[in-house]
Amino acid sequence: MSASMQMARDPEQELSIRNENVASEETFRVEDLSVSFDGFRAVDNLCLSVAKNELRVIIGPNGAGKTTLLDMICGKTRPTEGKVIFDGEVVSGLPEYQIVKKGIGRKFQTPSVYEDLSVFENFEISMPDAQGVLDSLFFKRDEAIRERVSRAAAEVFLADQLHRKAGTLSHGQKQWLEIGMLLIQEPRLLLLDEPVAGMSPREREATAELLTRVANGRSVIVIEHDMDFVKRIAHKVTVLHQGRLLAEGSADEIQSNPKVIEVYLGH
Amino acid sequence: MKLTREATEYLTVGLLAAVLLAFTMTLDPFRLNNVGKYLSFGFVAIGIVLTWGYGGVLSLGQGIFFGLGGYMMAMFLKLEASAPELPDFMVWSGIEALPVWWEPFYSLPITLVLIHLIPAVGAYLFAYAIFRKRVSGVYFAIVTLALAMTMTVLIVGAQSTIGGANGITDFRTFLGMDIVDDASKMVLYVLQVLVLFTVMLAALKLTNSRLGKILIAIRDKEDRVRFSGYNTAHVKAAVFALAAVLSAMGGAFYSLQTGLIAPSLIGVVASVEMVIYAAVGGRLSVPGAVVGAILIGFLKSYLSETFPEYWLYFLGSIFIFVVLFMPKGLAGFFDRLRVGRALGGEAR
Ligand SMILES: Nc1ncnc2c1ncn2[C@@H]1O[C@H](COP(=O)(O)OP(=O)(O)OP(=O)(O)O)[C@@H](O)[C@H]1O
Ligand SMILES: [Mg+2]
Repeated sequence: MSASMQMARDPEQELSIRNENVASEETFRVEDLSVSFDGFRAVDNLCLSVAKNELRVIIGPNGAGKTTLLDMICGKTRPTEGKVIFDGEVVSGLPEYQIVKKGIGRKFQTPSVYEDLSVFENFEISMPDAQGVLDSLFFKRDEAIRERVSRAAAEVFLADQLHRKAGTLSHGQKQWLEIGMLLIQEPRLLLLDEPVAGMSPREREATAELLTRVANGRSVIVIEHDMDFVKRIAHKVTVLHQGRLLAEGSADEIQSNPKVIEVYLGH
Repeated sequence: MKLTREATEYLTVGLLAAVLLAFTMTLDPFRLNNVGKYLSFGFVAIGIVLTWGYGGVLSLGQGIFFGLGGYMMAMFLKLEASAPELPDFMVWSGIEALPVWWEPFYSLPITLVLIHLIPAVGAYLFAYAIFRKRVSGVYFAIVTLALAMTMTVLIVGAQSTIGGANGITDFRTFLGMDIVDDASKMVLYVLQVLVLFTVMLAALKLTNSRLGKILIAIRDKEDRVRFSGYNTAHVKAAVFALAAVLSAMGGAFYSLQTGLIAPSLIGVVASVEMVIYAAVGGRLSVPGAVVGAILIGFLKSYLSETFPEYWLYFLGSIFIFVVLFMPKGLAGFFDRLRVGRALGGEAR
């Protein structure tokens, strides 16, 4: 058993506290979403809704369509059928940068940071203001900008790494940096694809707290394989299997669900 | 004392401009004119640094824009030289009235505006349409190559209206001023160096701005940039348009310096050569690109006269050598010296 399971806190009690925070209003929803690649349905007729302040975890075996689902939400992949609705507005079909402007931020499965730039510059160009060509040519790095970058860096534990080249960060730090680059945009829906992959147990612990903190005031969807970590952060868990919704519920319900055990957790 | 990278770049640009101006006192008019010719390609190479070195967009068709600038300037000069008659090649082909699209080039201000405007708008629309379809990398390079080829074929075929394979030549005055005598060549050279200096400063400003960082980010992780809210197709197309304008400026100076513009100067081979200038000088270095253009230009004049049949092999070998052993070109080499010396100094 892993460290997070052995902790003294009672997981039941913690879950109930978290559930109280979950407002019932729904901000994000996908309706009958499907996509097929040459006839293969990677995501098949999926419905899903996530509330404000909710941290949803999506689990499922390899190839279940988890990444593809996020790809469709953020506009990287066009759904063949169905729609993505965010704050009552259909966003599927918009170009990626406009979906970002609506408040949806996406972290990729492999950490994507700009390796040739410093950590500071990684944050700086991720800021949502002055993104036009001329705006960024005449962009001035003033005190307010420095302040914002420092705050974002501190939030993801990189306060003292600002002048390092991002390429020299550890794998876990790159994951943090990418999360920080999203947070500086203040998204209202955050999509994180395996954010703790490659992290040490201590880094995972810190990330769990970070994710719990950032879910406050927005919606977060996390894809994750490690059930201990899932139990630690999830308000609710969705299980995908072969592109379809297999089960949905609290982490404990999911862990004891026979269908889920059969296709996923039993392995 | 260790200079920052940025300070070193500005210093190098200043030094380079000073050396280029000093040439007016040391070189004879013929050589000076040759340097002026290489410098026209320096403009193109700076554009290639911005699009390729920074933005990761390789164009093998910069000759197109060089040609647009060169031809438009030559059209103005030719009209002035032939007035009140039609340009000689039209007369020889039996053309009786000036084609309407030549009309604007009676006016110098309009010509100058068009030299900048047509490449900018054309390049932006072309590139945006392509980048929006997510075509990039090698495919983009091939499209530009094909376009350069098409353009030369079209020009060669248009003997009567644009001079065909011979190009446009035989003009020797600019606003009534003789441009082939030594004194005016000197003026032209100095003017060109000053314009080039300004362009180098502007390019340094760009590469050191947030836009420069965004270009690097697009080059390395375009998806991440896109999902940070940028319309990357627009950013890339805008920089491509800027590079096109720089190429056109170089082309215009070329026509003025040499009194000639022809399809062979703007086709596929010429376009690939332009990339080699930037690669040799250093694709991340603005002054490096200009030095590369001068150096290769000089070697070309020298070698292609002495061993005309080997020049292309030689050029190819240089390119392969640089790609394999000096990916950051001459500038990268000197940068390593600078950093190395600074580290040595700290150790002491
Ligand atoms: N662009 C594409 N073209 C063809 N097939 C694709 C494409 N993208 C994904 N697939 C297929 O869709 C299925 C779902 O892939 P996806 O990456 O969404 O799985 P996943 O649940 O994220 O898996 P993992 O846990 O391994 O990350 C896989 O079988 C994959 O091969
Ligand atoms: Mg995946």
